[in-house]
Amino acid sequence: MSATQQVLAAEPRVSVKGPQHKRRHRHLRGSDFKWAIAFIVPYAAIFFALVVYPIAYALWMASEPSLYADLIAGPLYLSTIVNTLLFVGVGVNVKMFLALLLSGFFLRRRRWIRALLAIYILPWALAAAQACISFHWMLIGEAGLVDGVLSALFGIEGPNWFNNRWLGLGSNIIAYIWKWMPFWTVIFLAARIRIPRDIYDAAEVDGATGYRRFVHITFPLLANLYLICTLLSTLWTLGDFTTVYLVSGGGPAGSTEVLATLGFHYAFDAAKPALGVAAVMSAVPVLIPIVIILMRRLQTSEVQV
Amino acid sequence: MSAAVDLSQPLRLARRRYRLRRTLTEAGSVMLGVVLLIWSLAPVYNMLLIALDPEEGEIEFDGNIWPPEPSLEGFRAVVTQEARYLENFWHQFGNSLFIGLSTMVLTVLVGSLASFAVSRMRLSKGSLLTNAALFTYAIPASFLIVPYFRIMHSYGLSNSLWAVILTQVTFAIPFALLVLQLFASMIPFELDDAARVDGASAVQLYLQIYLPLMTPALAVVAIYALMLAWNDYLYQSVLLSVRNMTVSAMQGQLFADTDAPWNAMMAAAIIYVLPPIALLFALRRYVAASLTMGDVKG
Repeated sequence: MSATQQVLAAEPRVSVKGPQHKRRHRHLRGSDFKWAIAFIVPYAAIFFALVVYPIAYALWMASEPSLYADLIAGPLYLSTIVNTLLFVGVGVNVKMFLALLLSGFFLRRRRWIRALLAIYILPWALAAAQACISFHWMLIGEAGLVDGVLSALFGIEGPNWFNNRWLGLGSNIIAYIWKWMPFWTVIFLAARIRIPRDIYDAAEVDGATGYRRFVHITFPLLANLYLICTLLSTLWTLGDFTTVYLVSGGGPAGSTEVLATLGFHYAFDAAKPALGVAAVMSAVPVLIPIVIILMRRLQTSEVQV
Repeated sequence: MSAAVDLSQPLRLARRRYRLRRTLTEAGSVMLGVVLLIWSLAPVYNMLLIALDPEEGEIEFDGNIWPPEPSLEGFRAVVTQEARYLENFWHQFGNSLFIGLSTMVLTVLVGSLASFAVSRMRLSKGSLLTNAALFTYAIPASFLIVPYFRIMHSYGLSNSLWAVILTQVTFAIPFALLVLQLFASMIPFELDDAARVDGASAVQLYLQIYLPLMTPALAVVAIYALMLAWNDYLYQSVLLSVRNMTVSAMQGQLFADTDAPWNAMMAAAIIYVLPPIALLFALRRYVAASLTMGDVKG
């Protein structure tokens, strides 16, 4: 088809009255439509074979009501729910809030702060399993680096961080924040770079400085992004297996397990796959609303400022 | 005359107060910088501390805060594959690399094609695809490990690196679509229209306009996909057999084993974490460009 023909073919579109945008949607020309479908097919195939099917399979495996009675009767399920709520609730919110504050720090145009940023994002670039293993050995008790530093600097005899449920859970949360805070800091940093300077200049004329500038300008502008990131991070963190499995290992005696690791233990160590799937799928009633809110937020507004 | 004195006095005070506040802010930010430096590097330092130990055994776990006799013996044992548990290190490293790079290439390819069709070809109901993709995150990846384990078996992919690659691609693409869509909305449609008039086909638009203009976003997606695969422990340890493992799976399974030669294990960990850092460093220009690209719009 020559260019002229294409222009001619496009002609009616332009001449017909009504919103041009809608017309274009309906008149995706034949060959283009085929190409568009061809471009989408690879992902659609992946989506059906590896998202829809496994989820349906999991729901089917977890559909037996007696599994849930078994779960609640089990010794670890209820404490695991509490751990999961704490791990996700504290971990995500502390991480996000610190990331938002630190993005302001890294916004400052100093050469040493730029250099520091490169080191600061190192945890994100470090492979999760290896970083978590390092945390494990760092906190292993008097043999580890943390207790070594405590006794060398302050003469305190540090605890074994994995002998106590709350210390173990705290260690997991710290390792989690360490690993993922840089990623979100960079996301917020990218958004804050885009806030036009004039807004701040205008605010400064009106006398807004320091924290008031943050509360009345930066935060309202970033609120939507902040919410989207928090929701997305909540979903990801609920599924965080590596941190808990490789830092505290769920111990002592399974008291720091979260849903992801408990499901794994049931499925692969206790050889009760259906029970393992039921354990993790019991979080679905919480997950679905989060996803719906997330989709709405993403649809109604752009992610950026 | 006296009025001038009255005016200069508060001015000088204000200036002094301003200077004091600036010094305090500066001191505060330097302190924060030091804290962040220690916070970010402590686990990395711990890795080095253990890796630099001269021999395996209890010596690395004496609560040292400084390596007593630093030695590269651990690294040598890894490179020559002499250390216990690390006999197949380079084979495992090769597997990790293959999984990482394949995930990266497939995510960029499949993601950019789908995103191009949705955002540039004005496909009606295209946004449905992005929403459906987000649905992937409704159930976190780790929750689906049991179904995946069985499904991969029924697909004939048990103990295949491709099983891991496919799962990683599945979970990388939704985020990739999000990022790509965001950036694609910044390319003016007039460019496509002009190329159309010159007779460009959909494939040419994709290859000659979309891909070159989207390079920063594609770099971000590529890094994200590689990091996802490089970070994965669960899928690699479950879907692969002991004889065909990756570095992550091998190290994770030995993570609490006090009998393992930890100086060599930590040396192996350090070798393993280097490639993404190198890639990030190599692509830093694109990443920085993608971070400031919003200036065009904002």
